[in-house]
Amino acid sequence: MIQKEAERIFETRELNVNMGPQHPATHGVLRLVLDIDGETIVKVTPYVGYLHRGIEKLGENLSYFQALPLTDRMDYVSAMSNNIGYCVAVEKLFGIDPPMRAKFIRTIVGEMSRIANHLLWLATHALDIGAMTVFLYCFREREWILDLFEMICGARLTVTYPRVGGVRNDVPQAFLDSLWKFTEEFPSRILEYETLIDQNRIWLQRTVGIGVISAEEAVNWGMTGPTLRGSGVPYDVRKHMPYDAYDQVEFDVPIGTAGDTYDRYRCRMLEMRQSNSIIRQCIEKLPPGPVMADDPKFVLPPKDKMLPITQPTDMAYFIIEKACKGCGMCLRACPAKAISGEKKKAHKIDQSQCLQCSTCFTTCKFKALTVVPGGKGLSDEKLAELAVAPDKLPDDIKEAQQNLTRQFDFIKKGPKVPEGEIYVATEVPKGELGFYFVSDGSGKPYRMRVRAPSFVHAGCLPRLCVGHLVADVIAAIGTIDIVLGECDR
Amino acid sequence: MLIDTSTVGLVEVERGVKVLPPNVIVTSLDKIINWGRLSSIWPTTFGLACCAIEMMAVGASHYDFDRFGIIFRGSPRQSDCVIVAGTVTKKMAPVVRRVYDQIPEPRYVVAMGSCACTGGVFKTYSTVQGCDTFLPVDVFVPGCPPRPETLLEGMMMLQEKMRKERARWSPWR
Repeated sequence: MIQKEAERIFETRELNVNMGPQHPATHGVLRLVLDIDGETIVKVTPYVGYLHRGIEKLGENLSYFQALPLTDRMDYVSAMSNNIGYCVAVEKLFGIDPPMRAKFIRTIVGEMSRIANHLLWLATHALDIGAMTVFLYCFREREWILDLFEMICGARLTVTYPRVGGVRNDVPQAFLDSLWKFTEEFPSRILEYETLIDQNRIWLQRTVGIGVISAEEAVNWGMTGPTLRGSGVPYDVRKHMPYDAYDQVEFDVPIGTAGDTYDRYRCRMLEMRQSNSIIRQCIEKLPPGPVMADDPKFVLPPKDKMLPITQPTDMAYFIIEKACKGCGMCLRACPAKAISGEKKKAHKIDQSQCLQCSTCFTTCKFKALTVVPGGKGLSDEKLAELAVAPDKLPDDIKEAQQNLTRQFDFIKKGPKVPEGEIYVATEVPKGELGFYFVSDGSGKPYRMRVRAPSFVHAGCLPRLCVGHLVADVIAAIGTIDIVLGECDR
Repeated sequence: MLIDTSTVGLVEVERGVKVLPPNVIVTSLDKIINWGRLSSIWPTTFGLACCAIEMMAVGASHYDFDRFGIIFRGSPRQSDCVIVAGTVTKKMAPVVRRVYDQIPEPRYVVAMGSCACTGGVFKTYSTVQGCDTFLPVDVFVPGCPPRPETLLEGMMMLQEKMRKERARWSPWR
């Protein structure tokens, strides 16, 4: 009787708590709904989609070259790895092979971005658990890597440096020297982070035995990357399906044993050391040669062999009066509205308004538009004297013009791609990133699908959290290392 | 008692601020409140997408937001401004608005990055084309993502804006 009365007064029930999407520790806009019994988690329901930007759909409406910058907005923490993953997949679909130097450069920058990613992961993971100092230490080295990225491509975060068929430009020697210095310095910096947290009592209490998952279960949940390797499964795409130059360098795949948060932390710390050694080997072995594949059917023409359209030159564009039929194509195409003329009469370019974009040059079908090298600032009469028909121009200008037309075509329509479908996986810092393309033969993918490790890992969160305390949810979110941009796409 | 400026050494250090050594400062209420407000802007810790990573970089020691008195706060109820750092999707927009509504007046909004300014490259069915469609934005910081220096410049512009405010402290502002 008394017990019944007590149960009536002290009624216990599960509490429903919403966590996110605005929460300092959810690594973006993850939303979790927690059912808690006191402090213990009974059920976790992740809600995704708060950062769904439609990247896959957008990619289907852009040609293969245009969709590249979208990929580094997916996993923005390691943008370079995502670029590489996309390029490797598209190259497989095209059936082209980048030159050796480009492969080595890609391996270098890919491993740099792995270090940068793990540094950010360590910084935020430690910050969430309560170690502020590690955040400041990690960002110090991350800034160094971002500065190095800036040296090769001018961007810090969203780099878009690799291209389909190679990389955009060769790396300067100063970059390699600076990177070498970084690799010499970096192992001692890792020791510094480890001094801070490796044997720290609070850190051990918050991570050891938290979010334990066995090897078999981890495989069944579809985990990849360091999250899987923490459970002792030595699966690494770089080892099992080597791409780029990973078959030419030596590295170990560090694995854990217990499969808890601490082991996954150890795995990533050891991975940073491995990445460091891969970078060193690549710099030593870096072969000379070109950095873009030479395949005119699939690769963008080099910028220095194209009609200059962005920097000022001494060229002048001119319409040959006799050849012009007055069709009005150039008049409509001119972005500066520098061309005037009536229908079926010869048109004229106002040289003072001409931007030298060469749009008219590529549009003209009647060989009436031509280039006069060194013709800038001359009068129309003088230009008429100097002008020759476009098919009689010097070979280098002719080739430059063809390259320009090809670039327009490639970017706008895309190359002619073999039909079929393809799935190519690469090892990004978070796990296995796969790109799946269905090609219908046009220059744009019919279907573009991204197998994002973060999405799969977000699904494992309930498995990792149930039975632990509310505070351990934070540790679990940190340990699977998710980025919502990639998860929601 | 009014101070007779002709007899004591009042020094005008800047327009509208006079100092009587050693420690008397004569200025308007606007000036002193704006100065206090702009020297300690506390933004909400609220990252949406890529720009949040650059925002974190600015918060770290290399670029150092703290020297402007800008310290990130976990709760919107303790903060003065929200930096909309990243793409706002249609699913996220009500949440962003709610975070803004929770900030006590006076509050400010900084739109960081192309996505927050205009929608950027994501002209899709799920993306809000600029967060000024549902928030009163004070400063637009362009870039994809903006460099840390650009964000610093943006926050300095916000400070300049706050410096010029008049009577925003009064209940009938």
